[in-house]
Amino acid sequence: MAVAGTSGTGTRSTGSMVAAASTNNVTSFQRRGPRASGADSGCSRLVSIAGTRRSVRNGQLLVSTGLPALDQFLGGGLAVGTVLLIEEDKYNIYSPLLFNYFLAEGIVSGHALLVASAKEDPADILQKLPAPLIDHSYKKECDEDICGHKMESDIKMKIAWRYQLFPKMEGRPVLSSGFGHDYDISKRIPQELIETSKWHGFFLPEKISSTFNVESCSLTSGYMKLLQFIQNIIYEEGFDGSNPQKKQKNILRIGIQNLGSPLWGDDICCAENCDASHSLTKFLYILRALLRTSLSACIITVPTHLIQNKAVIARVTNLSDTVVGLESFIGSEKETNPLYKDYHGLIHIRQIPRLNNLIYDISDVKDLAFKLKKKLFTIEIGSPISSSLASLIAQLVKNPPAMRKTSVPFLGREDPLEKAKVTHSSILAWRIPWTVHGVAKSWT
Amino acid sequence: MSVQGKLTLLCDAKTDGSFLVHHFLSFYLKANCKVCLVALIQSFSHYNIVGQKLGVSLTAARERGQLVVLEGLKSGVDVFFRPREEPHPLQFLREANAGDLQPLYAFVRDALQPVDSGEAAWRCPVLLVDDLSVLLSLGVGPVAVLDFVHYCRATVCQEWKGNVVCLVHDSGDTEDEESDVLLNGLSHQSHLILRAEGLATGFCKDVHGQLRILWRRPLQPTTHRDRSLTYQYKIQDKSVSFFAKGMSPAVL
Repeated sequence: MAVAGTSGTGTRSTGSMVAAASTNNVTSFQRRGPRASGADSGCSRLVSIAGTRRSVRNGQLLVSTGLPALDQFLGGGLAVGTVLLIEEDKYNIYSPLLFNYFLAEGIVSGHALLVASAKEDPADILQKLPAPLIDHSYKKECDEDICGHKMESDIKMKIAWRYQLFPKMEGRPVLSSGFGHDYDISKRIPQELIETSKWHGFFLPEKISSTFNVESCSLTSGYMKLLQFIQNIIYEEGFDGSNPQKKQKNILRIGIQNLGSPLWGDDICCAENCDASHSLTKFLYILRALLRTSLSACIITVPTHLIQNKAVIARVTNLSDTVVGLESFIGSEKETNPLYKDYHGLIHIRQIPRLNNLIYDISDVKDLAFKLKKKLFTIEIGSPISSSLASLIAQLVKNPPAMRKTSVPFLGREDPLEKAKVTHSSILAWRIPWTVHGVAKSWT
Repeated sequence: MSVQGKLTLLCDAKTDGSFLVHHFLSFYLKANCKVCLVALIQSFSHYNIVGQKLGVSLTAARERGQLVVLEGLKSGVDVFFRPREEPHPLQFLREANAGDLQPLYAFVRDALQPVDSGEAAWRCPVLLVDDLSVLLSLGVGPVAVLDFVHYCRATVCQEWKGNVVCLVHDSGDTEDEESDVLLNGLSHQSHLILRAEGLATGFCKDVHGQLRILWRRPLQPTTHRDRSLTYQYKIQDKSVSFFAKGMSPAVL
């Protein structure tokens, strides 16, 4: 009885196709599931999608988060079919930046976007995306392409030779087929890029009708509508492989802002024992299910510092794949700490998924600090390069690193490195810069 | 197989214990048992690919009827967006107050029912659940989950002399009462507890964690106390290596 556990009647088109695909094992859908590993014999049939690459370790399909530095610490990028959870910093200043980078990367790579927010109109969010740093001569080429003209003389190609690789696709010119780009956050993304991109917006106040239907399942109506919207887009645009005629496969990048905040109708940020305590976790489970069965990647920002119930935070973390926490120094005692004077905050990589593998790519370095310059958001391996060793130790002995005392209450699960700093001496903690020779350079 | 009719509890605290699930899955498949895998948290292809590294082919096992898989994620989407009248193992996803896991138990029972066929049957049936803690996140109460495990034990362990293996997350100090109730309840019911913990001193590249093995209800009535052993482990690409505490090859 080789039953796949789905319902017996296979009348749903997607379901039966999926079932057929999994049993036959010979299918053009080998890449439909984001778990197709490079070891499959059907590798030759796999079409490469712009803006993606395969993981070196296990052949997992990856997309860039928009910050090449962050990609590095996440094992090469964000795996297609997974959720990246950003724990917002306290005043929500830096997490929108990561959110915008992710979306901008989608536009530049030609991916489809789905932007959901309860606070801001998605059209406005897209207007504020950072501009990609591209060659000026190339930009002129891109304009010509949009007009449908043929490429001009070869002279331009010789100057901007590396752009010779980008595929000429009808209708949707891709700016670059590379993986991971740099952005200038002081400039806005050019309007024509937004117009040529395919995006779907979900703005909660527009979608919620005045009559509140009591939903049968325990999700808040906002989450319910969002899930249905996402599922609709995935199904209709064929991201789940339900439309085999669609020749050009593409990735859907989903961005959901401020999930769990009261704006979504959820009260886990308001009270410790809330009524809809399972709403967010159920939403995340169904979201994960939708992502695993489609070519999409999702970024969500959650104000975990507002959630008072630590158990909920732990559950939310367990239901997400990659979890990155942002901790800004504004208003905290670390702001005056001379160790951190060059930086704006810390980045905690709390969780990295093990996909199709027993092990995962975990970076040796756990101390990551970020800095927001005028044009760039940089991530550096936190180490005060300028101070001398003696003054450093003197400072540490006098003012022990605030990290020890301020427990970062994002997770019930303590960051193991925090404990390492407590039990070993501070000197051991500062051995890290010296043990990673050559890696401790700033990513600009 | 001497070990039959047992409930094995896999537990992880501050680390990821899913490698134990993969191990037991490949172990029982190689031992020619009939396995029902309730995979609630990852997709089937994830288990398949890891299983290939460990030397079993899950697709082949599924085709020959040795393995039955309930893919929680895939079926969950079905039942959530396209609800139907007949009971579905995951129908609690559609309900506001998730009642009990009766349909899920019915699925397990139907999957592992020993069939009286002429050909050589599989060895004892095995139920593998990955993982039970996610059911709490989906609104099912801990008592309902304990009831489900009790029913499965009564049928699979007592009646059919099979084994049940489940993975639970230990929530540690996050004051997750439901998780604590579930974990304590299961610990009392189980015969063997495998607990994967992160190291107390923090992250280490060469030793990924510590595994505590606790035998409860020992098989020989003469031994009174529960036996326990502790090993440290390092997970590699295709296997996991165990060593005694402090005896990691990186240290020696």
